[in-house]
This record gives sequence, C-alpha cells and structure tokens, in this order.
Amino acid sequence: MMNQNIKEHLSETLKKGVRYDGRKLDEFRSIEIETDVSTPAEGSATVRIGDTEVMAGVKIEMQKPYDDSADSGTLMVNAEFSPMADPKFESGPPSIDSIELARVIDRGIRESESIDVKKLCIVEGEKVWSVGIDLITINNAGNLLDCAGLAAVAAIKNAKLPEVDKEGNADYKHKSKNGLPIEKEPISVTIHVIGDTIIADPSREEEEASDARLTVASISKDVICAMQKGGSKALTVEQVDEMVDLALKKAEEIRKIL
Amino acid sequence: MSYDKRNDGRGFDDCRPMEAKAGIVKSASGSASFKIGETVAFATVQGPRDLYPKFLKNPKKGKIRVFYQMMPFSGVGGRIRPGPNRRAKEISMVTAKAFEEVLCLEDFPNAVVDIYIDIPQADAGTRCAGISAASIALADAGIRMTEMVAGVAVGRTADKLLVDLDYSEEAHEEGATDIPIAVTSVTDKISLLQMDGDMTQKQLSEVLRKGIVACKAINEVQKAALKKGYEVA
Repeated sequence: MMNQNIKEHLSETLKKGVRYDGRKLDEFRSIEIETDVSTPAEGSATVRIGDTEVMAGVKIEMQKPYDDSADSGTLMVNAEFSPMADPKFESGPPSIDSIELARVIDRGIRESESIDVKKLCIVEGEKVWSVGIDLITINNAGNLLDCAGLAAVAAIKNAKLPEVDKEGNADYKHKSKNGLPIEKEPISVTIHVIGDTIIADPSREEEEASDARLTVASISKDVICAMQKGGSKALTVEQVDEMVDLALKKAEEIRKIL
Repeated sequence: MSYDKRNDGRGFDDCRPMEAKAGIVKSASGSASFKIGETVAFATVQGPRDLYPKFLKNPKKGKIRVFYQMMPFSGVGGRIRPGPNRRAKEISMVTAKAFEEVLCLEDFPNAVVDIYIDIPQADAGTRCAGISAASIALADAGIRMTEMVAGVAVGRTADKLLVDLDYSEEAHEEGATDIPIAVTSVTDKISLLQMDGDMTQKQLSEVLRKGIVACKAINEVQKAALKKGYEVA
C-alpha cells in the first residue's frame, strides 16, 4: 500500500493536469519494439514503454489436437512476473497478478480470433501446431499490462512455423518462411482512474495510487475484443464511456507503430 | 574420425564471441547481461534486503540466494515448463556456492542478496554464462567481493580437448565430456566444478588449465562492461 499523503498529493497534482514525470494525462511514454530477441524461439520480441520492459517468446510445437477440437491448433498465453523486474515480485508459483495479466492478454488474442486456429491444423485428429506465448517481465516501471500485450502481438507477428520434413515431422532446427495465420492484431490499452482523473500509461507510482483501471483490447478504431476492470473502485457508466474512448484512441496511435 | 575443426572455425582454446553489459534492469540493485556465442544470460541482483523467514537470519554474516531459470522459449524444440525443476534448483545451489568465498558476506549480517539468473536463449554453457553475468551484476550492485568470478565450460569432443563447448559439440555423436567450471579472477581458484562424461586424469588436468586461461579472457570482458557502465558521457 502506498503512503496516504503521497497518494493524496499525487491525486491533487493530477487534478491540475500535472504528472510527476511531466507527461500529459493521456500521453504514453515512448514505445520501442525490438524483434528476434531470442534465436531458439519461433518468434520473439522485447517491448519497452519508457523504462518498463517485457520480453515475449513464442514456441510452436507439433502436437496431437484436443479431442473436442480435432481440427484446430491450440493457443496458450503464460506470464511470469520474474523477480528480476521488481523487488516486490517473489519467486515461486505464479502470483494472482501474473495470472490475471496472462488471462487478460490471452482473451485479447483468443476472443478476437487473432490467430485462425483452424489454419494451424496439419492432419485432422492427428497433428496440429500448438502455439505457446510466454511473457517475461524484465523491468517494472508501471503499466506491465499494456507492455506485455504489445510484446505478445509483436512476438506472434515475428513468429515463423518450424520446417516440416518428408515424413511429416517438425524440424525444430529450421524455421520455414510461413508465419502464423494472424487475422487481427488486438491492442490492449489500460486506463486508470486516480481520484477523479483519468490517465493512460501509468508510472509505477501512479499504478500504486490507482483506484480503478480498465483494460480495453481492440482490433480496430471501434471494435473492442476483450475488457477487464481492476481495482476496488466502482465506475459510473459515463466513466466507462470516457475510458473506453481514450483506450481506443491510444490503441489507434499504437497500431501505427506496430 | 576425429574432431579436427570446430563447426564455427574457432581455435580449440577459444571462447565464442562475447558481449557483456551492466545495468540492464533499472529497478534492480544491480544487473547485467552476458552473451557468449548464442547463449545469453541475464543476471539481476536484489538487495541486500531483509531475510525471511526469520530463522534463516545469521547475525554474523549475510546470505546469498540464486534463482536460475531458463525462459520457456529459450531452447530449440519444445517449450520448457516455467518454474523450478531439479536441474534449475541444483544449478542455483552450485552457483551460490561459486560466489560464497569471494563475497564479503560479513558486510550485510541478517540480510540476503538474491541473484536472479534468467536465460533468454541457450546454446550450451548456460550456468557458466549465468555466473559470468552474475559477477558483473554483483559488482554493479556494489556488493563487496575480494575478486570476481567467471564461468566457462571446458571438455572433450571426440578426441579433442576444448573450451566453451556449444550444443553441437556437447551432443557430438563420437561422445563428449562437459565440465562447467567457475574461476576466481585474482587467485585463479576453481569455485565451481562439475563433470558429465569421461576423460583421463591427464586430460582433466590439462583442460582445467585451459579453462583458467579462458576465464581470464572472460574477466576482461566483465571488467570492460562494468567500466562502461560508469563512463561519464
């Protein structure tokens, strides 16, 4: 928990439209995307939003499909809040925050049907591609959620399927030229409420002072594909409108650099 | 058939190209990355900080803990399940031991220094790269050490003794021996020694000496990275 005096001061300052790091209320820090950051991974990317950094790696394996979806490949998103990223993160089983982050990003990618899992089928009932996306936090300076979401999308865009040999087995040592069947690119943007002020891309302090947040994943200017509210304060419907509006605008800006 | 020429053309006593960087994680007390060939290790130091549970506290000296982990996508082939497994736990333990002699643990009684080693890409020698990175990270965190530590794998592929084996050399069809070692930078003492494979006593003695020479070269890279981190622009 944050010191109450600092929280009040931060909240008062935001009310005047001033952030501690000098940004405008709706302004993101600079975003940097680097791809091919891990050679053994089928796809990988590191995304930095200011000092916040997340690495994403995609592993693609040939597997037997699940019985209830014999004609579809599989997709999984996992997140590790590595203790390297923040003195507060502990090693051990995944924390509830890392599970939430993985599930929110998983929904953004799965529910938007960004990856056409039917196209990951090789032989129905026998062989499909299984796609595993792992997100690893490198440094937490606030807004891991949006950074991780962007890293996941950058990594799946970077991924190449393994080569298939004459017997029909995967050759993991060689990557083919074929990418994943990506239909849409969901961009997650999280908007926070502190006191009565709405901000985008919180710093670590702002995140600690946050009363509520809303993550909105969108696939275009006006189509939303997943949402998650966090924090303990309830929101009015007008607030939700305003937050969604800002999230969509910011997503549109991010889409241009991806 | 003998192993006459290394796959990447380097000499039998040479390490792969190395790259090191200090201060890669801003929120940590100290951090570094160390790349040797296609193997990359990140090391992050948190602390000295309070140690829990309380009964682990030692009023005479501090404790160091190492958490080694391969990232799930770091290997060729299948995904590696995250979380500690037997291999990772053992590597963490021997890595901690590799540093205990050189660290001035009496500087932080009752406290702990945690070292997190994460491997984003692996082509053999990950525990050694982790040690080389951790040593830079500890110095970057300002933890007092009497000397630094560098790690390298030495061994044998077919009939040749060599330094810094890559995965193809470790998995050579004519057999291979892998000997990860860690060497202290001033007194040239061996603070980690493991072996997997076979060789004669004479070969072992020879290859360990090759490893000590290689660690000198690694230490130069470590020192350069540290100095670069403190350069005034």
